[in-house]
Amino acid sequence: MNLPRTLQTAVLAILIIGILLLALGGYLTPISRIAFSPFIGAQTWLASRYLAIRDFMTSPRDVARLTQLNEQLESEVSRLQAQIIELQQENAEMEVLSALLDFARTHAENEYITAAVIGRDISPFLHYVIINRGSDDGLRRGMPVVSSQGLVGRVAAVTADGARVQLITDPDTAINVRIQPSGAEGLLQGSITGDVTIEAIAQDAKINTGDLVLTSGLGGNYPADMLIGQIRGVRQSPVELFQSASVEPVVDFSQLEIVLVIVNFRPVNVAPLIPEGGP
Amino acid sequence: MAIFLAIPILGIMVIFQSAVFSQVKLLYGTTDLVLLIVVAWAVQDRVRTAWQWGIIAGVLASLATAVPAYAIIPTYVAITGVAIYMRRVFWQRPLLAMITATVLATLISQVITVAVLVINGTSIPVIEAFYLITLPSVVLNLLLAVPAYALMGDLANWLYPETIEI
Repeated sequence: MNLPRTLQTAVLAILIIGILLLALGGYLTPISRIAFSPFIGAQTWLASRYLAIRDFMTSPRDVARLTQLNEQLESEVSRLQAQIIELQQENAEMEVLSALLDFARTHAENEYITAAVIGRDISPFLHYVIINRGSDDGLRRGMPVVSSQGLVGRVAAVTADGARVQLITDPDTAINVRIQPSGAEGLLQGSITGDVTIEAIAQDAKINTGDLVLTSGLGGNYPADMLIGQIRGVRQSPVELFQSASVEPVVDFSQLEIVLVIVNFRPVNVAPLIPEGGP
Repeated sequence: MAIFLAIPILGIMVIFQSAVFSQVKLLYGTTDLVLLIVVAWAVQDRVRTAWQWGIIAGVLASLATAVPAYAIIPTYVAITGVAIYMRRVFWQRPLLAMITATVLATLISQVITVAVLVINGTSIPVIEAFYLITLPSVVLNLLLAVPAYALMGDLANWLYPETIEI
């Protein structure tokens, strides 16, 4: 049966168009999946083997490049970590300086010189720190030293570019203090362990835990109303003349890094005013 | 030469003591690096400049403490004497001399310091000071006694090489 050539072409065209329409309509998907899956499987296998062989052939070069890159990145990480530490230190220093600035602003009546703590007394019995400012900067013996929290101590000895500061925790310290809100007065003393106590508080004074301890200004060694700490505990006995109290200083002396020296305060020497044989 | 070396070595030790080791505490006691160096130098067999080192140590240490210089300098001279005496007693056991001298030197140094401070009117409870400061300081000094001895031994061998008679 020989169909005319035109009819053959027409049948072929209709067949192709029909297949295309079926394909576009999605009716051939299951057939194409069955038909193509062996090819895809074979191609996947071949591609994976090719990639494995290519990696095997080129890996030494890549390892060397990656090792080099890794070293570069590690060195970059180290540099950035060092930078972070440096910035953290600068930030901490800025915070301290900012607190000191706030303190200086709130006590505008005083003139201050900032000094860094560069050492401590080598004797474990004494509580002194060494600062990096001296007589060349205007420091004199007896000048009070404060931090942003409160009273630190006073300048005990001065050289041209350094000074030794006696902390309020030193066993030789004796500061006249006032306890607020009662207004009771006493004598603050340090100790070899760094504990601070107030002695010679009048028996009838009403003092409680948490009361504030301030300098009274008596004796002329320290300006009045400098914050020292809070009452931590009170010791009272009816058979004793005075009561005493332990004090929690507001300054953390183990973390002391930067201090302010009050340079416009001149201690008053009251010794000549005390009659001989007197207290 | 050995005397000239004393100034930088002991100076560095004073700086280290003041800046670092005074904050490393056991209870309330601290290591005394200057004392250790003086003792370790004095117990070395061939060293002939121990007394000079003791005096220089005292002078340098007096710059970094509020303890009066008239107490500090004799203290270091005294511990030098103790170390030299220990070297003679334990001449066959130099390490034993070092350890014994360290213990005695620490005790002598702290007893003199406390005595001077008490005489000057500082209130120091002696028993408390012994348990909280002196004993921990002895322990810390003993920990560093052997390294200090080895270090100063090397320095002594370098400065005073052993002579062999042929």
